[in-house]
Amino acid sequence: MSGEAVVLAIEDLSIRFGGLIAVEQLTFDVREGEVLSLIGPNGAGKTSAFNAITGYIPASGGSIVYRGTRLNGMKPNEIAARGVVRTFQKTSVFGGLSVFDNVLTGLHLRGRQHPFAIMLGLPRVWRDEKRLRRETEEILHLIGLERLAFETAASLPYGKLRLLEVAVALAAKPTLLLLDEPVSGMNPAETAEFMKLVARIRELGVTILLVEHDMKMVMGVSDRVVCLNQGRAIAVGPPAAIQRDPEVIRAYLGERYLRAQG
Amino acid sequence: MRWVLAIAWLIFLFSIPLWLDNLYFLHILIITGIFIIAAMSLNLLLGYTGQLSLGQVAFFGIGAYASSLTSLGFSFHILPNTVVSLEPKPVWFAMLMGVLFASLCGWLIGKISFKVRGAYFVIVTVSFAEVVRLVALNWLELTQGPMALNNIPYLRLGFPGLGEIAFIGKVPNYYLVLVVAILTYVIIQRLVYSRVGRAMIALRENEPLATSVGVDVTRVLVFATMLSAGLAGLAGAIYAQYVRIVDPDIFLFIYTVTMVIMVVTGGKGTLAGPVVGGLIFGILPEVLRGFEVMPEVQWIVYGVLMILIVYFLPAGIVPAMRAWLPGQAGHRKERDDESRAAAEMRS
Repeated sequence: MSGEAVVLAIEDLSIRFGGLIAVEQLTFDVREGEVLSLIGPNGAGKTSAFNAITGYIPASGGSIVYRGTRLNGMKPNEIAARGVVRTFQKTSVFGGLSVFDNVLTGLHLRGRQHPFAIMLGLPRVWRDEKRLRRETEEILHLIGLERLAFETAASLPYGKLRLLEVAVALAAKPTLLLLDEPVSGMNPAETAEFMKLVARIRELGVTILLVEHDMKMVMGVSDRVVCLNQGRAIAVGPPAAIQRDPEVIRAYLGERYLRAQG
Repeated sequence: MRWVLAIAWLIFLFSIPLWLDNLYFLHILIITGIFIIAAMSLNLLLGYTGQLSLGQVAFFGIGAYASSLTSLGFSFHILPNTVVSLEPKPVWFAMLMGVLFASLCGWLIGKISFKVRGAYFVIVTVSFAEVVRLVALNWLELTQGPMALNNIPYLRLGFPGLGEIAFIGKVPNYYLVLVVAILTYVIIQRLVYSRVGRAMIALRENEPLATSVGVDVTRVLVFATMLSAGLAGLAGAIYAQYVRIVDPDIFLFIYTVTMVIMVVTGGKGTLAGPVVGGLIFGILPEVLRGFEVMPEVQWIVYGVLMILIVYFLPAGIVPAMRAWLPGQAGHRKERDDESRAAAEMRS
């Protein structure tokens, strides 16, 4: 994948909360069609970087450029409209709505309905709704949630809830999907299922930026891995190289991990 | 089944003036209907976007004042020797102005609500209503203050084939209120089951997630507030041309409270909620009066009933009735909205 074009370029990104430095001069890029993982110990700045890329917190310095557009200073919904869509570390769905309506709501950017046309009840609004419902069914099918379509989201088991989050994000038709610890709290079987889902999403041509602590998942799905420590990137490379990188082992993986891998 | 029920309801509502010869009771129905329209407008904000506006009466009163002033004409000084004045305009146009002016105020409040949510939004709306009341009370040159605006002209509309209808007296006004209430209901229903309504509900459910899929918070809130204010203003404009007198008491906080009670007891975030709550709390005081008990007892019964409803049916009457009635599987979507409301109330 190394020959592919850079789609997201992060340069000298710094994020400060008052005196606390969360991310400092972080530079990395994401290439078209790849799965790039951010790893690192808690507090390394992974989620902060996510939040800055998607506009939830302002960057204190540096630049975030997606396909030639500078994202710094944009609102989250504007960034989403440019194809950069995220999930959240803490499970986040529209709890009171059905699974179907969750995804239908996620299709917000795909809808073409003017408020006045809606109020007048014009047929084109009705046709648009029908199209959106069809797309919702397709997404539910892709994720494998179609049998739960009419369950209330809040009543889903944890593993399904995490799938629903991805379904809602996919509904926004991302070209770059940011997944924040999607398999945390999942059991190994669910994680294995999720890895297959990541492969299916990739096949749709979606580039994926992943934050994850589950090393099996990271090593299994990533093309490249960036390891962060104390707000800085300490290593970048293919999973196999990262696994053996002495600095990564010292800062994050630990000697025990190395021995367990043989 | 649902259709049959809806048509039966419509026939019943349209037939009321034909068999009800008690004009006083018809008056109560008209006032209740006007409050139901206002309650539906409040439900759009409170029930769907999740923002509690405790200044809804401001939009209602602004609609009433703006339409009355346009139909009466006015003149006032903005500088010692600069006078702004307006000749009397037709009532339909005046009512339209009432709606537009109320929407404009809604737009303003919506813009502010981008910065403030929750408790702060409540404070902004309450203060707004109070400021507007004080303006109405003290700007004697324009509003005549406590002397009130009198002799407000009634609505006249020309219909093809029917000639001109003057909305004077109870029966025509009953139909006017009924038709506007039905239109309001239909408009809100269409919105709720559309992209725009889903965006509103998404904000109520989970704002960060809503923005992550591209919902523009400011736009949705401003639109919802504008529409809500416009509908409340329409209710106010109808009220003004019906009672034909408007004074600053129209801005009293108790009217907002009445609207909130109607929405919350009926079921916020449901289409029928404000209608059911509005009918109960609009007609109840009159029913109690019929028992010829002391006014204190009437108010105590009113209060106790309200507390009982909120305590035992936290999501409101409509969601509770849906839960009891079987065979509503086809309307799962609405039920989901309501179970969420219930869950929210319990937590």
